[in-house]
Amino acid sequence: VRQVALLIARRVAWAVLTLLLVSLVVFLITSLLPGDAAEEALGQGATPETVAALRTQLGLDQPAYLRYWHWLTGMFAGNPGQSLANNMPVGELIAQRLPKSLVLAGLTAAVAVPLALLIGVWSAMYRGSRLDRVLNVMTLSMVAVPEFLVATVGVLILAVKLQWLPALSSPPANADLGQFLRAYALPVLTLCFVIVAQMARMTRAALIDQLGQPYIENAVLKGLRPARVTLRHALPNAIGPIANAVALSLSYLLGGAIIVETIFNYPGIASLMVDAVTSRDMPLLQTCAMIFCTAYLLLVLLADVCAIVSNPRLRT
Amino acid sequence: MVFAAGGCLLPCFGCIAVKRRDVLAALAAGGVLLGSERVHAAAAQPKRGGRIRVASLSSSTADTLDPAKGALSTDYARHYTLYSGLTQYDAQLRPQMALAQTIVSTDNTTWVAKLRAGVQFHDGKSLTALDVVYSLMRHKDASVGSKVKAIADQFKSIRAASTNEVVIELGGANGDLPTLLADSHFVIIKDGTTDFRTAVGTGPYRLKEFIPGVRTVAVRNDNYWKSGRPYLDEIELIGIPDESSRVNALLSGDVQLINAVNPRSIKRIRASMTSEVLETKSGLYTDLIMRQDMAPTRNPDFTMAMKLLLDRELINRALFRGFATVANDHPIAPSNPYFLQGLPQRQFDPDRARFLLKRANLLDIRLPVYATPAAEGSVDMASVLQESAARIGLKLAVNRVPADGYWSNHWMKHPMGFGNTNPRPTCDMLFSLMYKSDAAWNVSGWNNAQFDQLLLAARAETDEARRKQMYGDMQVLIHEHCGVGIPVFISLMDGYDKRLKGMGSIPIGGLMGYSFADHVWWDA
Repeated sequence: VRQVALLIARRVAWAVLTLLLVSLVVFLITSLLPGDAAEEALGQGATPETVAALRTQLGLDQPAYLRYWHWLTGMFAGNPGQSLANNMPVGELIAQRLPKSLVLAGLTAAVAVPLALLIGVWSAMYRGSRLDRVLNVMTLSMVAVPEFLVATVGVLILAVKLQWLPALSSPPANADLGQFLRAYALPVLTLCFVIVAQMARMTRAALIDQLGQPYIENAVLKGLRPARVTLRHALPNAIGPIANAVALSLSYLLGGAIIVETIFNYPGIASLMVDAVTSRDMPLLQTCAMIFCTAYLLLVLLADVCAIVSNPRLRT
Repeated sequence: MVFAAGGCLLPCFGCIAVKRRDVLAALAAGGVLLGSERVHAAAAQPKRGGRIRVASLSSSTADTLDPAKGALSTDYARHYTLYSGLTQYDAQLRPQMALAQTIVSTDNTTWVAKLRAGVQFHDGKSLTALDVVYSLMRHKDASVGSKVKAIADQFKSIRAASTNEVVIELGGANGDLPTLLADSHFVIIKDGTTDFRTAVGTGPYRLKEFIPGVRTVAVRNDNYWKSGRPYLDEIELIGIPDESSRVNALLSGDVQLINAVNPRSIKRIRASMTSEVLETKSGLYTDLIMRQDMAPTRNPDFTMAMKLLLDRELINRALFRGFATVANDHPIAPSNPYFLQGLPQRQFDPDRARFLLKRANLLDIRLPVYATPAAEGSVDMASVLQESAARIGLKLAVNRVPADGYWSNHWMKHPMGFGNTNPRPTCDMLFSLMYKSDAAWNVSGWNNAQFDQLLLAARAETDEARRKQMYGDMQVLIHEHCGVGIPVFISLMDGYDKRLKGMGSIPIGGLMGYSFADHVWWDA
């Protein structure tokens, strides 16, 4: 337990430093982008006079380091600032979108992780068999098909032709369970296509690696059933790499869901960040970047903790 | 000039939209030839109730409830849904009285607007002259960030003469003022409004929910100043930037009205039986800009050669599948009442172009053309132009640049590049904004004293025939000398569920000039 606590403490310290660096890099890179929030807001209709006035109003006439400093100190005080695009508090914009993204990510994880583990364990147990080969081809082709194709074909068949599912994913606020599931079916399906395959293949590889070890041979020679050998003996030792693969795949679900959000018009946080880039909305962009970065660090940390807890040898 | 309130024009939009084929079919089905009015009455009896979802092509966190900041189609539609203006456009883009009962002037410089009586904002406050003064004058304040500051700058002073009378003093004569005031940026808000987290207007629907980049939900305003209107219970506005997703959403029944349908999708929509496409011939154009203040495009022979190299028929056929109108290198569309009849159409003429380039000694240069997805069709137009140029030995390089930041970084900044201009309600606005020598968006850096003189004279001209003559002369000047090539006017394509009735064309934009909310009803 002490070791886990120590690890967490060290990781948190590193995480804070990483976030600081990331925010600085994001700030620098976005300042390199041509145009600023005032020019983007005025678009085709920008004149030097109106741009100057809007810049003053948005505080863009201050030097860059000052703007960064204001954002940073605000962030530490728990206030990520005002959006430059629509003058709403960034916190409020995030609060509208983040829960949506978490619901989508949560549902996808709830479907994808068990499915991937099942496929991975199964094909590892029967490695080399016809079943393994079929699963192999299936997962490989799932990885190979780009998600916009999966989503578009899904919409064409299930929404436009058969009209079983809606083409847009926007459940009404007071949706019942049926409406809720129907609204999420297509986006979750699409995202599962992307991440199940990766997780399943990593699970299979990690398990097969363990199944080749001498202690497994010993267990088999003791006369244990294959299922018990795989689940009780090999799996705990493979949890480290599997947890890492799962964490990597899941971290994709927040920021990487942009294509799914676009096609299904799902108001998640990835499209919020894309908006922030297009409108050069620095405070919003920075805050989104922080959220993605935090989520990633958190998932990786969780995977490491899983690995340590599950594996006695790492616990010394 | 006097514009009086009239209600008869608007309910007729339904019949304008109906294609002739459909009318004939309806007549045949009836077995007798009825008078057109009776057909109209039988087909179009507005009903109350229903809820629709409308998807336009843009939505982001920059969505706004502030009319002054409206930038894109979803914004305009949202503003016309929640607010009303002093006037509104009809199908010919003529001004019809809305919140104003009359707008009168004797000299086109001092205008008196008398407000309609008994109009209330959504919160119950009565409309007064002070609201109008505030709504119009705020556009002149640069810190408001208004998109129409350039137009509002001609308001010299606006004051309330009484509670329901507003006197608008212009810096110079402009006979188009009633038309300008129908623009979505000039809708009326409450005096002193600075917080646009909610919207309190006098429009046909009141705001129920607004989340920028996600949705706007509006419910019927039972206290609307047009009796009997609006018809729907609720409208939800969303943005679906991806065209095929937008069309799919229409076909699957998730939305009932969409704009910006690609000509490629029209067959699919028409095949569906449940949905239909509405073409609105408009003044929208994508133009090839040849800067007149940069080499080598300032050379008149070069400019003319490029205009001759635009294969308009091919662009119309291949890029827009015929859902465009061939243009003649000036910005006035044939549907405009001031369109100059009889100006010979410029034809695709590579031989003459080659001759001109040779004469100017510019055939051997290499020149980049800037194109972008931000200017509709420009990337393909650039390729077509490149092909035609290559055939006569001129090497053009197509520089495709991202839509993001195009207007501030590339537009008007290179010797040759593409731009895009939305339909404007009046010749004067179009010419003043984009063609006058000192205009901020004089895209080609064109400088023609005769043109400027005509423009100012036309504003003050009260004789309609002479005004038309002046606008005709100006079209010729642009056609001959200006540094823009305009290959086609692009039609605006809307897709809608057939149960949605009352749809028509108001050629200022798609979605019935963004003001569908005032006109449509649901027939389920």
